[in-house]
Amino acid sequence: MSTKRFLYLTGVVTLIAWIVVPIYLIAIGAFSGRAGVFRWPKSLWPADASLQAMQVFMQIEGVWNAALNSVIVAALCMLFSVLLGAPAGYALARFSFKGQTAYRLLIVLTRAFPLAILALPLTVNFIRIGLYDTTLGVALVHTALALPFAALVSSSLFMGIPRELEEAAWVFGCSRFQAFVKVVLPLALPGLAATAIFAFVISWNEVFAAAVLTVRERTLTAYLLTVLSESPLHFRFAGGFILIVPSVLFIFAVRKYLFAMWGIANR
Amino acid sequence: MAGITIDRIKKTFGAATALAEISLEIADGEFLALLGPSGCGKTTLLRIIAGLETQTSGRVLIGERDVSALPPKERGLAMVFQNYAVFPHMTVYENVAFGLRMQKADETTIKREVERAASLLHIEPYLDRYPAKLSGGQRQRVAVARALAVRPAVLLMDEPLSNLDALLRLEMRSELKGVLQQSGTTTIYVTHDQTEAMGLADRIAVMHGGVIEQIGAPQTIYERPATKFVGGFVGSPPMNFIRMPVAGGRAALGGFSAPCPGAKSEIICGIRPEDMRIALGRSGLDFKVSVAEPLGSTLLLTGKVQDQLIRVAARPDSGLKAGDIVALEPEAQRIVWLDSETGRAVGA
Repeated sequence: MSTKRFLYLTGVVTLIAWIVVPIYLIAIGAFSGRAGVFRWPKSLWPADASLQAMQVFMQIEGVWNAALNSVIVAALCMLFSVLLGAPAGYALARFSFKGQTAYRLLIVLTRAFPLAILALPLTVNFIRIGLYDTTLGVALVHTALALPFAALVSSSLFMGIPRELEEAAWVFGCSRFQAFVKVVLPLALPGLAATAIFAFVISWNEVFAAAVLTVRERTLTAYLLTVLSESPLHFRFAGGFILIVPSVLFIFAVRKYLFAMWGIANR
Repeated sequence: MAGITIDRIKKTFGAATALAEISLEIADGEFLALLGPSGCGKTTLLRIIAGLETQTSGRVLIGERDVSALPPKERGLAMVFQNYAVFPHMTVYENVAFGLRMQKADETTIKREVERAASLLHIEPYLDRYPAKLSGGQRQRVAVARALAVRPAVLLMDEPLSNLDALLRLEMRSELKGVLQQSGTTTIYVTHDQTEAMGLADRIAVMHGGVIEQIGAPQTIYERPATKFVGGFVGSPPMNFIRMPVAGGRAALGGFSAPCPGAKSEIICGIRPEDMRIALGRSGLDFKVSVAEPLGSTLLLTGKVQDQLIRVAARPDSGLKAGDIVALEPEAQRIVWLDSETGRAVGA
């Protein structure tokens, strides 16, 4: 085996281990019950693997409701981020207007304020408007978190699509909107899918805003935070495992689009 | 089929003037080339005709119809772009069919027209491929086929051959001319390549600094340039410009003298490199050769006539070399006399 190949394989193994080992440890913790969590050294495949912890976990009151809330919030956040972020990105990419650079900076600046500072005024206002303790309320805050990235990423996405393609569509009979739908959108779709997934994952993993702005309609992260702090360790592992799985599965499902993003020829 | 009238089109970008009140008539079925160096406004003019750019003032008429305020899709034209702009997410067939689909043509018409355009441009074998799998020349053919498939009244081309390599460009040029002659489409062709313009166009409009310097048949542009710029831009090597003092209606320099129009004390003699004979043993312009380049069909001599740099295309067997001093005799009928201050042609 040549040195080059050896280095390459080492790199691959390291990267895989970086991702897989923590997930594996959490999975073992989640499936091996009370005793298994404290056993050392860890066995590769726990002899006493059981679904007991998971089953108990699934039966905790409110978990399913919280999971459903999480999915709703993340889906709404994804929807809002793309629907608002993509047009903003398109405007940034295609039109030159006064204060464009400032606007660009302003977008990033929205992330400059720590959520902890905004939490109290947000709570007060949400109670006043009636958004407090609703999935929509949490989704809106999560959208605020994800939107800057959605706008900036999609703007560079649209910049990568030659203007000539759109002009060709106009000349051959498209209105501005038709050209966007028929030519720009299909080319931007893989990138937009990646943007959407990113928004989904941001929302799915966010815990602070979700914990502050809800009481009963908690998302899974916020719910687990309160429930699990009082639970035995193997339940916490089960909760952690449940939190990881959707993100991983989701990214796995759309990996084709993520890879296609790099394979597209623009000309 | 339609003619085009461009009526006092003006375009400014802030303080900069890109086009200064340009007026132009293009006859039905005519092939007009807009020729000029980069930044002369030729592409801006084309984009205004297409509706991709808005004019500051003036009107564009296509077949008597004022299209000045219409969006591109309502102008009834087709365009070929410099970077082809072939849609990468559609097959070649769908690319060629795009304009027809937008016109809501029925499937049999689409199939017939796509096949006609594809056979004109010889791209039938690639119809179900994606553009990413095609070479530059093939993509260019797809772009032209897409434009011809809609049977446009007006075809606009923006430097369509500039991204091809030299050999392919030559091949595509003659092919394009054949295809467009057959279809009889009114065509405006933007280029900075004077051989392309000369070879393709019925008429050439030479542009410089936002104005049309001269418009005419290729041979007229070449032989009787209206300004110094046109003479210098069209033709390779460019026209020579020799300043001569004038006395008593005759321009004279060294042993050369000829009658000239105008009443100023100095005039510019514009003469093509191939229009000067080497007069052995006779009197003429004293030409000191500094560089001799054998180009195969001619021997290109660069040198000076009384400190003015000129080029002469001599016969390849003339045997001249650097350091030689010869007498040059410009052919009197081929001389273009230009005003020494304005650079415009004087007299006939």
